[in-house]
Amino acid sequence: MRMVISLLAGSLFGAGLLLSGMTDTTKVQGWLDIFGNWDPTLAFVMGGAIVPMFFAWRLAEHRRPLTGGTFPAPSAPELDRNLIIGSVMFGMGWGLSGLCPGPAIASISYGGVGGIVFLLAMIAGMYAAPAVGSKLDRAANAA
Amino acid sequence: MQTEWIWGFGGGLMIGMGAAIYLLGNGRIMGASGILGGLIDGSDRTKERLAFIAGLVGMPLILSLLLSPAPATHLTGNLSVVIIAGLLVGVGTRIANGCTSGHGVCGISRFSLRGIVATVIYIGAGAVILVFLRHLLGLI
Repeated sequence: MRMVISLLAGSLFGAGLLLSGMTDTTKVQGWLDIFGNWDPTLAFVMGGAIVPMFFAWRLAEHRRPLTGGTFPAPSAPELDRNLIIGSVMFGMGWGLSGLCPGPAIASISYGGVGGIVFLLAMIAGMYAAPAVGSKLDRAANAA
Repeated sequence: MQTEWIWGFGGGLMIGMGAAIYLLGNGRIMGASGILGGLIDGSDRTKERLAFIAGLVGMPLILSLLLSPAPATHLTGNLSVVIIAGLLVGVGTRIANGCTSGHGVCGISRFSLRGIVATVIYIGAGAVILVFLRHLLGLI
């Protein structure tokens, strides 16, 4: 059951990313490029995606997931250094390429050599992340 | 084009429904970087993660064969830029513990402060990069 739900969720996510235009890097960079030919599409995608999730979080109150267990607890409203540094790094890579993790995976069948190179570099970055994170912690403690 | 925002909103609704099914069904947050990153870290639920990625790769593959014109990513041909960008996205999303789907879609819809702040920061960083490298230096 959990496998079927995962497959269905991934399929909807992938279809939505493709149909909304979010696997087209020119549309994503068009949204980020406020001094260029600005493209508002990403805001409509984000808005559209937040609507079902808003109701899903309401439904999740006082209930349990269909397959058992518990819902993820809300994160503490604390902003740590890694959240900020990591988001800056992610945003820089996102702006450079126009790809974030979801679209990078979803477009792998039609993204050509560049798409495969991006995905491999992203996976390498994910491998390196724990080491980079602890290095940042050490640097901050030393300062 | 005027129809693009309709496709954007409709596609967004599909993304949100995928996230809602994942949350209400499996009790998990649908974040692309977390689901892939967990495979790399050797976290639990390997089969679920693989099933999710199978859908995320498979459905666009099927649609790309049916759609006309076929979809294209228009990714830059400069492989140095592609590699640097991929490394930054991989490291950054894991250190920040989320990307556009996890912090953006799932976090904002829950009014999570961390999700909202992360989203403002990565959009801001992306906009700054484009101002510098495209408009001031003309590099990308």
